[in-house]
Amino acid sequence: MSGSMSVAGTVEAAAQVVLVAAGSPLLVGVMRQVKARLEGRAGAGVLQPWRDLRKLLRKEAITPDGTGPVFRAAPLVLTATALVAAGIVPIATTASPLDGAADLFAVTALLALGTVALALAALDTATAFGGMGASREMTVLALVEPTILMSVFALSVPAGSTNLGAIVNSTLHEPQRVASPVSLLAAVALAVVVIAEAGRIPVDNPATHLELTMIHEAMVLEYAGPDLALVEWASAMRLTVLLGLVANLFAPWGIASADTAAAALAALPLALAVFAVKVAVLGGALAAGEVFMAKLRMFRVPELLAGSFVMALLAVAASFFLA
Amino acid sequence: MTSVTGAALSASLGASLLAAVAGAALPRRVRPAGAGLCTAVAGAAAVVAGVAAMTGRSWSAWLPELLPLAGVRLAVDPLGGLFIAVTGAVAVCAAVYGVGYARPPRDGHGHGLDGRTVQAVLPLFVAAMLLVPAAASVSTFLVAWELMALASLLLVVAEHRHRASVGTAGLWYAVMTHLGLVAILAGLAGLAAAAHGESFDRLRAAAEGLSPAVRGAVFVATFAGFASKAGIIPLHVWLPRAHPEAPSHVSALMSAAMVNLGGYGIVRVGFDLLGGGPVWWWLLVLAAGAVSALYGILQAAVATDLKRLLAYSTCENMGLVLVGLGAGGLLLTAGARPPAALALTAALLHVVNHAAFKTLLFLAAGSVLRATGLRDLDALGGLRTRMPLTTAAFAVGALAASALPLGNGFVSEWLLLQSLIGSLGEGGTISAVTMPVAVAALALSAGLAVATFVKAFGTGFLARPRTPQAQAAAESPATMGVGMGVAAACCLALALVPAFTAPGLAGAVQVVLPGQDALTGQVTLRLAAASSTVSPLLIAVSVVGAVALLRIAMIRRARRRARLWDCGMGPLNARMEYTATSFAEPLQRVFDDVLAPETDLNVTPLAESAYLVESVTYRARVGDRIERRLYRPVVAAAAAVGEAARRLANGSVHRYLAYGFGTFTGVLILLAVTR
Repeated sequence: MSGSMSVAGTVEAAAQVVLVAAGSPLLVGVMRQVKARLEGRAGAGVLQPWRDLRKLLRKEAITPDGTGPVFRAAPLVLTATALVAAGIVPIATTASPLDGAADLFAVTALLALGTVALALAALDTATAFGGMGASREMTVLALVEPTILMSVFALSVPAGSTNLGAIVNSTLHEPQRVASPVSLLAAVALAVVVIAEAGRIPVDNPATHLELTMIHEAMVLEYAGPDLALVEWASAMRLTVLLGLVANLFAPWGIASADTAAAALAALPLALAVFAVKVAVLGGALAAGEVFMAKLRMFRVPELLAGSFVMALLAVAASFFLA
Repeated sequence: MTSVTGAALSASLGASLLAAVAGAALPRRVRPAGAGLCTAVAGAAAVVAGVAAMTGRSWSAWLPELLPLAGVRLAVDPLGGLFIAVTGAVAVCAAVYGVGYARPPRDGHGHGLDGRTVQAVLPLFVAAMLLVPAAASVSTFLVAWELMALASLLLVVAEHRHRASVGTAGLWYAVMTHLGLVAILAGLAGLAAAAHGESFDRLRAAAEGLSPAVRGAVFVATFAGFASKAGIIPLHVWLPRAHPEAPSHVSALMSAAMVNLGGYGIVRVGFDLLGGGPVWWWLLVLAAGAVSALYGILQAAVATDLKRLLAYSTCENMGLVLVGLGAGGLLLTAGARPPAALALTAALLHVVNHAAFKTLLFLAAGSVLRATGLRDLDALGGLRTRMPLTTAAFAVGALAASALPLGNGFVSEWLLLQSLIGSLGEGGTISAVTMPVAVAALALSAGLAVATFVKAFGTGFLARPRTPQAQAAAESPATMGVGMGVAAACCLALALVPAFTAPGLAGAVQVVLPGQDALTGQVTLRLAAASSTVSPLLIAVSVVGAVALLRIAMIRRARRRARLWDCGMGPLNARMEYTATSFAEPLQRVFDDVLAPETDLNVTPLAESAYLVESVTYRARVGDRIERRLYRPVVAAAAAVGEAARRLANGSVHRYLAYGFGTFTGVLILLAVTR
């Protein structure tokens, strides 16, 4: 890679991070608005999550009694992992300077690191709610892992690599592969685990504060002010990155993959816009789906995840036997 | 003996003997320091010897007078060097730590670990573990192996006066390790008989010409023995008993150095001496590894005894090593050499990583045990303010063990996944069916490992203390901190710049697969067999950088303290916390069919009315199902046979005379018939 290309890659990766950082609260706003309209409410507007974040950031930081450094560091780690993931995942470019540093395994592990930090913080509060949330979140995380890795496996077979840039480029060069059984099965499996990872219905309900049902919200119950702002912001970014990952692994068109630095930079605004549209459409569809669905019981979730795992396994088998 | 390797190894063995003498002869006051220092020197010399051997300075020696009949034959090649270096490094940490750990704490509940036996046997245990990978003939290997087993057995039962459970654990260990020895002895003796010689060179040369049946029998017998040493399911039963009951620095030595030698034995016999084998060998290894990884981590996830949890995690990690070895063997049989080299590299790197973080975790657990007298996670908590160093050490180890980025376990599990994924198209239909299943097992065990170590760290060290003992904990002495610090530094180095191990690993892999260089690149790891890359250092730098930036951006005026949300019920107390048991409950319910927990509910009604309850007792216990189903019947049958045999000897002299007469005439008749 020439010097100017790597400079262009750095600029593009920075643009990705900025887009995810600034746009993710808007995505949450869009999803809430879609939900509100479908439920016959007026909704608070797309900008409401940003207004909430601004309000929280102006408040005083709170340290609940008996909590330690882990509690204070967790929002920072969660946000940092989400930002780094936003810089790696091919959102607008496949030439991110971090692309070689972390493949799809590393990205999922990085997101898991953020979850772990939050779970430890929840345990650190020594409240029953915190422990409950941490325990449930870790159970879901443990069961999600096999499906993620199997989907990665299935996707990496045609590309011959688990690096995200390589997978996306290989799909760009052979677009007919998107309609193959491997790709479709892997897409469904990955969609289910993305819903589980992002804590959406039917696995978790981000709008609930009922102790019987909360997972993510139980973990963050003790956070207030700027800490809560970071946690909310990071959750929005994780959702954006995960949806963007699904969008660009299975429909990468519009991404900037030019051969020269100038062309790549020229394609960047369009790539960012296309990405925003894709994620907004996916988010809207997810929100619309949530309107018609109820949350599953905690102990029915493994069945859902087992189903998605079988699909991922079929995808891997198909990648070998149908190749 | 001009080579560095030989000189360093001799120095190491000499220092071990000196340490044993010091442990036996020095007065109690200076005994732990003297013996510990000498053992640490021995460990450091072993690291030098191992590293020298890995970088190509092989060494061999023939000492015919040392053992009667067979003599002692030693040879250190890069493969043996790797295990010598790992053992040496673990020994350094454990020995320095042991100086403080053996000294009884001020308030009394000492373990009596500064006695002569423990202090003199520990260096001998280290020396035996160094000799096993250096042995180059069947007799030397077996002598070193048995010496290692006996020394570790003595150390496991060191605290038998303090807890009754130590004796049981020692018995299980003694029986299992000797059954394992019988299997290895049978296998290697058979191989030596078929090869008409017992030096490894001779075996290597003769192995090609042996019949498949002999080779298969030798492999299965030695595999059973080595697997039982490595704690592979279903031969693991001794491990979750012996590791928790041994003194913690001995647990570290056993769990981080001794079990590795089971893996070493499989590589040495399966790949090196027998030169690989048919597909079914490696499917056996792979299946045993995958089952071990899953069952081990599942038991760890529901365990509440901190050291038992770590012991089961050892079963898991050794299972992962075996998955790598099995995949390597499969690929080698299929003729795919670069992916085979990658799988073996991943397995060996995992051995190194596991040794580093398991040493650290066991030492930290020992520090907790010494400070509180507790191993039960349900009774711990709140150690972060009272034992900050130990907490930090455990955190580093737990991060590594959960295979997340910024920890060293991530690197080797990533390599292992890459080797499994990359080999999908290499070994025909068998590997196409096996590899996805292996990846799934690996993924589930990685996910459960995260939950396990969040539980161990979150409930054991964070939150608030659940018992007065945990409340009264104080930080351990400096030498223990140094031992943990060295192990933590090794973990961090392996996590950030794993490439520094690449030349050594390549040397070790080339012993069995000449000419393969699986891993290249300094900052970004590149693979010869696949086009995937990863850079642990860049990931760590970006995450730490992002955290630092956010920290600077978020600096505000002083934080205000506030009460926890208590639903308006008044202050929360420690009994309202989630415990380790409650944390693991959802997982236990999900895997109910595998774990088969035993629950016991007794409701006692009042005398006046059956509808009013006086007391309810509830007991839940998750035992080891394999032990219950597989071993209990055998033990019960053996006990029944023994009980029945007692009737043969009821004390009547007439009966004994009748036995003598019967035997004598029987022998005479036999002689008359056969002559």
